[in-house]
Amino acid sequence: MTSVADTALAQAKPRPRRGPFMDFVIRLFREKPLGAAGAVVFMVFLFCGLFADLLAPYGYNQISLMNRLKPPSLAFPFGTDHSGRDMLSRCLYGAQLSVIIGFCAAGLATVISIVLGVLTGYLGGKFDMVVQRFVDAWMSFPELIVLIVVVSVVGPGMPQIIVVLGLALGIAGSRIVRGAVVSVRENMYVHAAKSTGAKTARILWRHVLPNVMAPVIILFTNRVAVAILAESGLSFLGFGVPPPAPTWGGMLSGSGRAYMYQGPWLALAPGLCLTVVVYAISVFGDALRDLLDPRMRGSR
Amino acid sequence: MQAYIARRLLALIPTLFFASVIVFVTVRLIPGDIIDLMMSQNDISAGKKDREALQAALGLDKPMYIQYFHWIGAILFSGDMGKSLWQNTPVTEQLLQRLPVTFELGLLSLLVALSVAIPIGVYSAIRQDTAGDYVTRSFSILMLAVPSFWLGTLVMVFPAIWWGWSPQIRFVPFTQDPIQNLSQMIVPSIILGCSLSAITMRLTRTMMLEVLRQDYVRTAWAKGLSEKLVVMRHALRNALIPVVTLIGLQAPILIGGAVIMEQIFVIPGMGLLLLEAVSQRDYPIITGVFLVVGLAVMVINLIVDLSYGLLDPKVRYR
Repeated sequence: MTSVADTALAQAKPRPRRGPFMDFVIRLFREKPLGAAGAVVFMVFLFCGLFADLLAPYGYNQISLMNRLKPPSLAFPFGTDHSGRDMLSRCLYGAQLSVIIGFCAAGLATVISIVLGVLTGYLGGKFDMVVQRFVDAWMSFPELIVLIVVVSVVGPGMPQIIVVLGLALGIAGSRIVRGAVVSVRENMYVHAAKSTGAKTARILWRHVLPNVMAPVIILFTNRVAVAILAESGLSFLGFGVPPPAPTWGGMLSGSGRAYMYQGPWLALAPGLCLTVVVYAISVFGDALRDLLDPRMRGSR
Repeated sequence: MQAYIARRLLALIPTLFFASVIVFVTVRLIPGDIIDLMMSQNDISAGKKDREALQAALGLDKPMYIQYFHWIGAILFSGDMGKSLWQNTPVTEQLLQRLPVTFELGLLSLLVALSVAIPIGVYSAIRQDTAGDYVTRSFSILMLAVPSFWLGTLVMVFPAIWWGWSPQIRFVPFTQDPIQNLSQMIVPSIILGCSLSAITMRLTRTMMLEVLRQDYVRTAWAKGLSEKLVVMRHALRNALIPVVTLIGLQAPILIGGAVIMEQIFVIPGMGLLLLEAVSQRDYPIITGVFLVVGLAVMVINLIVDLSYGLLDPKVRYR
């Protein structure tokens, strides 16, 4: 009898609350399995990037002339390059650079987008008009060309790339945040806050910003992928992080390219890493968009 | 329509002003002094008097805003963008030589993108949620993720290893030998076009799905028209209007992609000129390419906006 009563009691107990984040994760896996798979791959990539020092079997610039241009094997799963450097280790360290550049540039870009987008969208008027014409002008320049020109002026290096990418993507992305703010500012709760005498800064911080976070999160995810692609494009052209730092784009160009005819695996690993990561972030971003922002659903 | 064109042209003026300011300021971000840079590049050691003379000759002794007005005035009134620091030839001359090549590559890539994206987008929409739809959607996301420079590298490497074939890299102008020219341009155009087609494909599909649910399409079906007529005449025409706008938005991606394709396939266009100028730190050329690229994107967007006005009467009368 007791055991039956215990079972009934246990069944009557309310389900433990998981919190909004766990609820969201479960929704992601249930409703968007492809997006969830993208998220998992993205996490693996993050993990590899953060712990490249521990995971890489060799150093990224560990030269071994005995092992020059070795095809993929158990000892060297992605093969070796013309200097005998292990391609797997270089790809893992490449992930580290991509993680740093992708996240820092996307973070900076998102902050710039928020500041510009919230201010222009909320204040409107002449300030908005002038800033929007500047954004129009800025968006006329392809990101890659802006990057090439600025790097030619200030010199190559990771900080420069992060700042320029952050600026380029941030100014362009402010349009998306501005659009969201323009629709939020007309809501009743904003008018109510204004009528109670709340200051502009408080309205922006407490009422506008939390309500545009969904497009901001989606924008950030998208910017990580764009920043990784842009950095690798820049490294491919020889203007990225200077060698011997192993960037994925850099591995596909320069001296490595001359040896690809003898070792075709040199052309495969970095490009595949890049494609898989960008693909994973894209499908994850699509899933986030569908789950967080129902207005954008179907705009695939 | 004339009022619409006038409004659009007027809106272009402040954008052009800001674009010129961005170009002018960016190239003047050089840490240190451009005179020092020029002297170090040319291995010249000069005294204070020589420095001042060179500064005066380049107009660098004047305040920044006066330098800007001199620079923009020379471009506006005489098309003068200065001279290359290395070749001593006018920048405008070099740009005019390279611009048609990039234009050709861009146009061919756009043609490839549209001829791939629109039929697949339409097919994907009219066969929604079938295996074909899933395959084409996956393909479009994949094309978004595959970097064009990797695709270009694979095309250079693997056909050469497997079949001993490699794309032609000796450039022949179109006016000299159109067939030879196209045989060089076709591979980079296909690669760039496929990359561009992904977004267009997704938008065509979405717009077709939206339009196919409209009342006028239902009426067309009810009239007993064939699928081909309903899709081509009633649905596609309306679905394509936002796709035209997308072409304008993709112009910067197209030009950025052209830089990479020109580098891989050794096509002497604006992109290759920029890369050569950057490696030599030839700032007048860098400034010229930067400005012309921005202008090209603005002109493409203007043409797109004007054609949008022609395609959609609502825009004309707004």
